[in-house]
Amino acid sequence: MTEGSISGQDAFLDSITKRLGRETPERVERPAWSRSPQKQVLAEEDQESLLQVLISHSANIHTEVLTTTSGEAADVFSHAVDELGGGPVMFSRDERFEECGLSTWMPPSSSKTEVHVWNDKDGEGSMQKARTANIGVSVADMTLADSGTIVLLRNEGRGRAVSLLPENYIAIVPKSSLVPRMTQAARRLRAFSEAGDTFPSCVNFISGPSNSADIELRLVVGVHGPVRVFYIVLGDM
Amino acid sequence: MGIKISNDAFFERVDDGIHNTFMRKAVAEAQDRLEGRKTVLTEEMGDWEEWRLLSEEIRQHTLDNLDYYLKQFAENVAARGGHVHFASTPAEANAYIQQVARDKEAKKIVKAKSMVSEEIGMNEALEELGCTVTESDLGEWILQLDDHDPPSHIVVPALHKNKEQIQQTFTDKRGYTESSEPEQLARFAREQLRDEFFDADIGITGCNFAVAESGSISLVTNEGNARLATTVPKTTIAVMGMERIVPTWEELDVLVTMLCRSAVGQKLTSYVTGLTPTREAEGDGPEDFHVVIIDNGRSNILGTKYQSALQCIRCAACINVCPVYRHVGGHSYGSIYPGPIGAVLTPLLEGYDDHKELPYASSLCAACTDACPVRIPLHELLIEHRKDIVEKEKLGSTVENIIMKGFGFGAGHSMLYRMGGKQVPFVMDQFAEGKNGRGSGPGPVKMWTEIRNLPKSRGESFRKWFKNREKGGGSS
Repeated sequence: MTEGSISGQDAFLDSITKRLGRETPERVERPAWSRSPQKQVLAEEDQESLLQVLISHSANIHTEVLTTTSGEAADVFSHAVDELGGGPVMFSRDERFEECGLSTWMPPSSSKTEVHVWNDKDGEGSMQKARTANIGVSVADMTLADSGTIVLLRNEGRGRAVSLLPENYIAIVPKSSLVPRMTQAARRLRAFSEAGDTFPSCVNFISGPSNSADIELRLVVGVHGPVRVFYIVLGDM
Repeated sequence: MGIKISNDAFFERVDDGIHNTFMRKAVAEAQDRLEGRKTVLTEEMGDWEEWRLLSEEIRQHTLDNLDYYLKQFAENVAARGGHVHFASTPAEANAYIQQVARDKEAKKIVKAKSMVSEEIGMNEALEELGCTVTESDLGEWILQLDDHDPPSHIVVPALHKNKEQIQQTFTDKRGYTESSEPEQLARFAREQLRDEFFDADIGITGCNFAVAESGSISLVTNEGNARLATTVPKTTIAVMGMERIVPTWEELDVLVTMLCRSAVGQKLTSYVTGLTPTREAEGDGPEDFHVVIIDNGRSNILGTKYQSALQCIRCAACINVCPVYRHVGGHSYGSIYPGPIGAVLTPLLEGYDDHKELPYASSLCAACTDACPVRIPLHELLIEHRKDIVEKEKLGSTVENIIMKGFGFGAGHSMLYRMGGKQVPFVMDQFAEGKNGRGSGPGPVKMWTEIRNLPKSRGESFRKWFKNREKGGGSS
């Protein structure tokens, strides 16, 4: 990316400052807000009950949750791939797949299914593979129980397109990634931005398949993004 | 398109709306469904008022320090390699966007939904350069194919169309041959638009909230088109109204929660996407990241009694409860921002000349104020507008004349009034449920009976009932 730039700022901000009837503050301390209801949500729940909340809400958002362990993950994953109509399968590049018990699926895969892994060094090629893949797969960085949401951070090798272009999507969800709601994820993102230059270029909060109610307000599941979504939760991870 | 969507006079537009039976039914059903889902989700929270108070506090603090947070945001975007342009007017914004298109020698542009891009007439400006601009939000694409029919709701833009009309549009414009089922129509849009994303030189989106601390923009969506527009093309431009910003991700959490629940009754939409420029080359996502921050009259609202209108997060909760919107529909407001917030905001952004009737398009029932997740006192702002219209602009006479004329005629002819009153029970019962029933009333009654049942009268006029009651003999 090129050098950044800012244009048209001074006159623009001046008119705001004038309207507000004071000088631009040197530094604004974020106030201690008078209340914080978001911090109370599911605050006392342990990982097991957060998992139950996730499972129960996922039914509302047309998402199937399969629970297993890393030891059984390859089998459960194979069944999910079959149910979604087989390959090609596109993985994001993520060392955690091995820890999650999916090493047999990594190339050179022993499976007959066509398998690809995202490669940042070949963006064009990866994009075309994601475009023709039937299933995209990635590992959740955080998982929000309350809204049935997986959070994906665009770090090296974790293509945005993997969870977007294929017709179906599978998220591998380590049980330890479960937090009550968006509040905990927001806190972690704050920590990134306070640490300086390492903010992920894309943070996606994904809650099930794409959908639309633009025609007569009737819900259609599957529009531009994936049509079917599975979460495979690994209880021992 | 600009903010104004019609050159017809207000009462002509209202007349069109009131006589559009399909639209009125669709709007009534949509209001009931959207409002119902919101109520379920907010009651389940148990402490909705706490959330509203917190959201109001966040929005007020941000507006009071807007210059500071915009500066912080712009610095963070630029530090990460992105480009920020501040535009006071639509012309300035469009000139910048046109320049980006020229620099990139762009032919094809794919767009996700953005109200502020409508506000500044961006599509037309890009088309002037010879670019093709494709709307990719399903509702917006339908409207674009249908010869740029204006939106009638800020969240569900094609609400006024039924699926058969949409099927017809797809058939006429794109050779569609399948049924009018929404699933098939949406599938067709997916297939038709997928190539557009891959062919596009530039992707353009709106911005629900910018995050000052990290220089990020966020997009709250369901269909996936905004993600495609910011994943596939090499250049992206986000256009944002200058008030759409939060200090940190912690405030984003709260406001996104309020937006999703209030707009569509979802805990979170399918996609909430935070985008931040990066200097690292990645395999997907934009190489060039532009943000255009637009004033277009907003700064004139700051520091005035109307400042709270800028707290708006564009959820449409006020629209979904408004009894006036229910009957006249979105196009009657003559603005891309309809409903109570539109009636407050449109005259502030564009002046009273073309929009002086809007503050009167309200019964002041305050349902909008109760529904607002960021506690904008909408009905009070409408009263302030009425005061300003009467006191400052001397335009009050027009509206009052219209209201008083109708009442004056009936009330001024007392014989007519009493005689008419006596006939009412007999005449009205002919059209009430159980006799001729729904859909059969004549003239003004027809507009009512077409979309719901007319209650049967009690067989006595209000005057007669009141007289009897005074004597102690009336029915209760």
